[in-house]
Amino acid sequence: MKGSLTIVCVFFIGVLLQFWVFGTGLIENETVNIFAKFLQNENLGYYTMLTLMFFVGVGMGCDTKALDALRHQSPIVMLVPIGTIVGTLLGSALITPLLNGVSLYDSLAVGSGFGYYSLSSITISQVKGAELGTIALVSNIMREILTLLLTPIFVKVFGKLAPIAAAGATSMDTTLPIISKFSGKEYAVLSIFHGIILTILVPIIVSFFVGL
Amino acid sequence: MGILIIVGLFVLGIGLGYILRKVIKESVVAKVTTMIIYLLLFVLGISVGGDEKVMNNLPTLGLNALIITAGAMLGSMIMAFLVYKLIQKLKRKREYEG
Repeated sequence: MKGSLTIVCVFFIGVLLQFWVFGTGLIENETVNIFAKFLQNENLGYYTMLTLMFFVGVGMGCDTKALDALRHQSPIVMLVPIGTIVGTLLGSALITPLLNGVSLYDSLAVGSGFGYYSLSSITISQVKGAELGTIALVSNIMREILTLLLTPIFVKVFGKLAPIAAAGATSMDTTLPIISKFSGKEYAVLSIFHGIILTILVPIIVSFFVGL
Repeated sequence: MGILIIVGLFVLGIGLGYILRKVIKESVVAKVTTMIIYLLLFVLGISVGGDEKVMNNLPTLGLNALIITAGAMLGSMIMAFLVYKLIQKLKRKREYEG
């Protein structure tokens, strides 16, 4: 669902096409222009995003493996995703004074993507515009990449749960191998559980801050 | 109102998906989801490419993104450190009590 280079490529193809081809009038292709205008129509994008939300929900609802993973956990384990959520929101809020033209709620909306960059950037761009949508896309991709690169350091400085928290929603798939390598195999199940919980909560928390 | 619709559709999807989990093919849902994500990110790309304000400010946007990521990751890891200590404490307590 997430964590794919293709997703980033599709975004950049859109940027480059508009910037160098359509926007400059290099190619006067009526069909393409009409198609692009059609897609950029605010209502259409918004309704497509709503459709996406519905399908993401259906995908989670019928994922029996995820349901099993949630069922077989002790309540104490819930502390880990709760810690990630509280820490992420506190961090995103406290860092706001350093930002250039991004409000507190906008920073919280971007932070609450928890690395789930496709869904968070789409929701944010549809409600708050392309600028914050791009910040969300870049920020949440960075979260995944930095976790992949810096996990050995994270484990040394903040302990074995640190890379799971840093990974956010990606701890269930893209960053799972590196986490189980440096925190230990015994953390893999917890890492998957953590990722599932955050993935379910991303649409809810992002919509909440986008609505404020 | 907007939030309620977004979250409502998402929750409705989870409910329907769960009820129909034996009928629905997960791979089909995943394909549809991915196609919509590609479409919307392509559209976001086109909006960005056509937005002079965004295109001229890409370094600032990138810096903002990096700062938020740093705050979010540091905050979550400090909490993870505290949770780790707390869980170890609880475990030790449980061992004492047998």
